[in-house]
Amino acid sequence: MNMLKGVWLYRGFILGSVQREFQSKYRNSILGAAWTVINPLAMIIVYTVIFSQIMRSRLPGVDNNLAYSIYLCAGTLTWGLFSEITGRGQTVFLENANIIKKLSFPRICLPIIMVLNAGLNFSIIFSLFTAFLLITGNFPGWVFFAIFPVLLLQAVFATGLGMILGVLNVFFRDVGQFFSIFLQFWFWFTPIVYPVGILPENIRRLLVFNPMAAVVNAYQDVLVSQHMPHWQSLLPITVIGALLCLFGMRLFRKHVGEMVDEL
Amino acid sequence: MGRIQVSNLGKAYKQYPNRWSRVAEWVSPFPVKRHRLKWVLEDINFTVEAGQAVGIIGINGAGKSTLLKLITGTTQPSTGSVTITGRVAAMLELGMGFHPDFTGRQNAVMAGQLLGLSVEDVLALMPQIEAFADIGDYIDQPVRVYSSGMQMRLAFSVATARRPDVLIVDEALSVGDAYFQHKSFDRIREFRRQGTTLLIVSHDKAAIQSICDSAILLNAGKLAKQGSPEEIMDFYNAMIAEKENQVIRQEIRDDGKIQTISGTGEATVTDIALYNARNERVETVDVGSDNILQVKVRTKAAIPRLVLGYMIKDRLGQTIFGTNTHLKEQPLEMVENGEEIIYRFAFRMNLGPGSYSVATALVSNDTHLENNYEWRDLALLFNVANLSKSHFVGCAWLDPELDIQR
Repeated sequence: MNMLKGVWLYRGFILGSVQREFQSKYRNSILGAAWTVINPLAMIIVYTVIFSQIMRSRLPGVDNNLAYSIYLCAGTLTWGLFSEITGRGQTVFLENANIIKKLSFPRICLPIIMVLNAGLNFSIIFSLFTAFLLITGNFPGWVFFAIFPVLLLQAVFATGLGMILGVLNVFFRDVGQFFSIFLQFWFWFTPIVYPVGILPENIRRLLVFNPMAAVVNAYQDVLVSQHMPHWQSLLPITVIGALLCLFGMRLFRKHVGEMVDEL
Repeated sequence: MGRIQVSNLGKAYKQYPNRWSRVAEWVSPFPVKRHRLKWVLEDINFTVEAGQAVGIIGINGAGKSTLLKLITGTTQPSTGSVTITGRVAAMLELGMGFHPDFTGRQNAVMAGQLLGLSVEDVLALMPQIEAFADIGDYIDQPVRVYSSGMQMRLAFSVATARRPDVLIVDEALSVGDAYFQHKSFDRIREFRRQGTTLLIVSHDKAAIQSICDSAILLNAGKLAKQGSPEEIMDFYNAMIAEKENQVIRQEIRDDGKIQTISGTGEATVTDIALYNARNERVETVDVGSDNILQVKVRTKAAIPRLVLGYMIKDRLGQTIFGTNTHLKEQPLEMVENGEEIIYRFAFRMNLGPGSYSVATALVSNDTHLENNYEWRDLALLFNVANLSKSHFVGCAWLDPELDIQR
């Protein structure tokens, strides 16, 4: 309760920091905020040109030459949000050691700023992608809005995981090193670049243990196949996400005081 | 508003024998203790009443900064608690986490937000902040081009833009130039008048004595002494010189003042007095008169090199003048045990009216840090009165020859 009150009192600081962090990225560039749009735009164009025009990749069972690009974007963009939250989460306290050691303020603000920032970056990229879908006539219609509850689930899962990693990383720096490697394996063990069909049957069964596979699959269902996700397949990540958040908060509250001494 | 109560406060850092012991402690299903606690502060108790100003003194590593961090809530105590009422502004370290790429103005807003002010508040206070920091056009330049003094000025201006109930200042203030130091001390004094409680860490004796009501001496993580700034400063100076088999003694003089005597005791001042031109022992002397300060010293051991120094201090404890026989190039070599030495320092009393004290030091060199045989504060008290001169103000007698042309 006290924590919520602190967050509310420091809402100005949180919003200000989100804004500042966003600005600071492009602070000394001439084009400024335009880069936030140019970067993902370049990525979408590369995927489209290379995979649908040059390599002429086709998704099995879908008759659309942009389908593979959309499939790729649906996975990589949302994975980008996941890896940003977890990746920045694990360093959020280390990066802000400077102000943690000098000033007294609710520390919980830091992960909140980080998540809001990741969300802001993602919404820019994703709006662009949505515009691309609309322009190319691949917008799935009302089904599109099923994306948002899935995004929320994914964000909760990522935040819980990021918090845990962030706290652990202060005390055991190996955690950060380990997780960046682990994240790469995780990426390739999730059907983002390849369709799930190419996996051998025995490996495909293991995907049940990858909560991100269900999430990415849900995005692909909506954006590529243009139908509702299988909601029950998202049950595991909902439960795991909630548990991770609870555990992360507990870990945070228990060690937040000690953290200052360790930084 | 503005009361600080520190009770039973302690801070320990966990020390692990190796990297794995922390892992073992964390993952073990039943509680195990693999760490050692290193106490940096122990059993600190004091109360600062609203509107009081307290100085914290101690050598490096005594725990001063840790204590301030605990009081501001930046770190959490291992034992005990701190209770503060009212709004706290703290200047713990330079820059308050300024972001180098943003302008001074943007950083001021962010720093204000971190102090719990809203953007509107900070913007409303901005003209004041700019005026006080006095960094001109730099306010719209990125902070990375600032000098450390400029950063400090901006940080101080933001932290004190609105009068806090409690102001906590670490040594940060020593960074600015003399002009800004004066300005910031004026602001602190102004806050004091309006009722702000002040907690200040400083090595600057004059600052502590001129602004604080009382002082706290920290030594090796413990509260060594608490009392009037003058008493604590004297004790601190004696403590710096403290070595093996040195004793520090504080005695209450007849007039209620506290005298600090420290040293290894190979030599001691047996008598000290002021004599006038007619060689009469006096306690009150006239401004501008010729006087002799006579100090009798007796040795209790053979001393290879003996230097006697003295300092005249005003009633606030500020040093007015000091010298020693080393500086006068008359140190005594090969002094034998049991010798009695009489020193006579003749000088003209060019001081303003008031009460003064003399502190003596028996040492082997220029400072009292190498061999401190005896350090004696308040060895002698005397008054200077204006008996024969025309009225003047101030602590020095600088009578001019006047020549007017028109």
